Amino acid sequence: MRAYQDRKNLQKKAYYSDRFFKAPPVPRKDVSTDEIFANDLKHLKSLVKIKDSYIELDQLVVIIEPKDICKVMLSLKQELEYDFLSELSATDFLAKSNQFEIFYQLLSMSKRKRLRVKYMISQDQAIDSIMHIFKSADWAEREMFDMFGIVANNHTYLKRLLMPEDWVGYPLLKSYPLEGDEAAKWYEVDKIFGKEYRDIIGPEMRDSATINIKDTKNFARVKHEVPYGEKYSGKPTDFGNYQEDGGVPLISKFKKENSKELNSRK
Amino acid sequence: MQTPNRLKPFYENLVFEKDDNRMIVNFGPQHPSAHGQLRLILELDGEQVVKAVPDVGYLHRGIEKMAENMIYNEFLPTTDRMDYIAASSNNYGFALAVERLLGIEDKIPRRAEIIRVMLLELNRIISHLFWLATHALDVGAMSIFLYCFREREFAMDLMEDYCGARLTHSSIRIGGVPLDLPKGWLEDLEKFIDKLPENIADYEGLLDKNRIWLMRLEQVGMLSKEDALNWGCSGPTLRGSGVAWDIRKEEPYSIYDELDFDVPVTDSCDSYGRYKLYMQEMRESAKILRQLIPMYKESSPEIVANVPEYISAPKEQLMTENFALMQHFVLVTQGMRPPVGEVYVATESPKGELGFYINSQGDPYPYRLKIRAPSFWHTSVLQEMLVGTYLADVVTIIGNLNIVFGEIDR
Repeated sequence: MRAYQDRKNLQKKAYYSDRFFKAPPVPRKDVSTDEIFANDLKHLKSLVKIKDSYIELDQLVVIIEPKDICKVMLSLKQELEYDFLSELSATDFLAKSNQFEIFYQLLSMSKRKRLRVKYMISQDQAIDSIMHIFKSADWAEREMFDMFGIVANNHTYLKRLLMPEDWVGYPLLKSYPLEGDEAAKWYEVDKIFGKEYRDIIGPEMRDSATINIKDTKNFARVKHEVPYGEKYSGKPTDFGNYQEDGGVPLISKFKKENSKELNSRK
Repeated sequence: MQTPNRLKPFYENLVFEKDDNRMIVNFGPQHPSAHGQLRLILELDGEQVVKAVPDVGYLHRGIEKMAENMIYNEFLPTTDRMDYIAASSNNYGFALAVERLLGIEDKIPRRAEIIRVMLLELNRIISHLFWLATHALDVGAMSIFLYCFREREFAMDLMEDYCGARLTHSSIRIGGVPLDLPKGWLEDLEKFIDKLPENIADYEGLLDKNRIWLMRLEQVGMLSKEDALNWGCSGPTLRGSGVAWDIRKEEPYSIYDELDFDVPVTDSCDSYGRYKLYMQEMRESAKILRQLIPMYKESSPEIVANVPEYISAPKEQLMTENFALMQHFVLVTQGMRPPVGEVYVATESPKGELGFYINSQGDPYPYRLKIRAPSFWHTSVLQEMLVGTYLADVVTIIGNLNIVFGEIDR
């Protein structure tokens, strides 16, 4: 029987794990241990439903419902002085629970505190854009769309940012292999030469670590190179002492016997 | 109207000529002052920019995806390739994030912390010199370029003497530093920082009251305080808009709380103000480096944290204790398994707030690693900042924001 491969998570996994090993959690603290965070949370609780909240490594983490995000962000920015959006992105938990986790990393310069707002959405769900609250969310949401395919409602220009516009698939999904999928193999061939050249050129080699020992075209034989397309003779390449015929103006001929190798820098 | 065919492909739905007197200019991605692979699509009315659309992604290598497929130690050299002008600051940002996740931040030996801060500040100087050189070249001052590269070369020599590399340093490890300082390095450093303030004074002598420099920089690239915060600007760009926020000062990491340095701030909001900040920051970095030299001499020689659970034990232990060798073997072949949880750590890189968000599920591979690169957010400002400026100022503004494409596209 063929070995089972988890199609939903194609990323690299540990080849061996101790059966009895369980990684401990990062220590979490209760919100009441920090006065400023406790007040912030109290204010947020009066506005929306807070699913969970805790302090993880000196940062407040608030888990909310997806529909409340604009309300929470507006309140955080205008009333609670969290006026700097450091980061916004998603994490793919599709293999585990068929959900994405969206996180917003905020900073309050007046309070010197950092806070993270999180919520979960299902795969086909769109999120509300916070571009009208933080302008910096513009590119961050575009990048998220580019990498995960998560659509942000009310975004004014939701287009791929880093990948080409006609790229197929979303690269940061766990189900997307590291070296790219089938469409990625043909992307450049189709774009440069056209689909009709697929048979002649063949798919792009996308695994940069592969060395094909029979290949004489792609520099796979270091110090055993042969001219392009020729058969490998089995002998190491002899470059000899290369000298330009007739010499080069202003450059004296290199004589190996007169040269000296230094043991240390001058 | 273009007629597309295979030889002349349709240029991404752009119509370069219109009936009104607006013109669309494609700037980059191979423009010499695009500082990498920035492509800007500018709509011009005469010489004034009406609309600017930055297009990035030409250097996208999927570093975040690679991180999910690498063990933590394996990923560290990859961080060099982000902000390749100051590679050590990326190494440190990542190492600090992992250390905080592991909970070993306070176990890093003092000498390692001192060497780290030395490298970070040296990198800040290298980065700022490079910024000044290329920015001045863009604006038209060729000689500054040569002078700055001369001094940068001395700083790069110091980096080379320490770690062997000039650009992609990988000079910091999770849990410490790989090497102690080589013999005579401190003396070389001292010579360098003795000379640096004079050199900075020379640059300022050439630029500060230079009429062309003033005309090209003053009141150009205005960025108000509200906009800077709203667009997520950080580092000198934010401080140039009058916000006194330096993570080294406000949320001190490593040994920055023991060091005496000032954070220059200006509320001029223009390119000239930011230029003055960069010059001042280099002086402050030299000041920090000077304080570190006696601190180094007093420190004990350990350079890697002794946490054999996560970081390979010192050589003597590996050679004498069986269990330490077993742990080392597991760490090398499988990688460390940090606790389950999330961490976001921001450090002050030469360009601004460099943040690493790591979501660990207890595996040797990070489940999700998001890099908050300052240049990414600075580039997104361009779409608003360039509107209303003249075409000639576009080059100044791009150069002044100090963007590096390795970090934007990741």
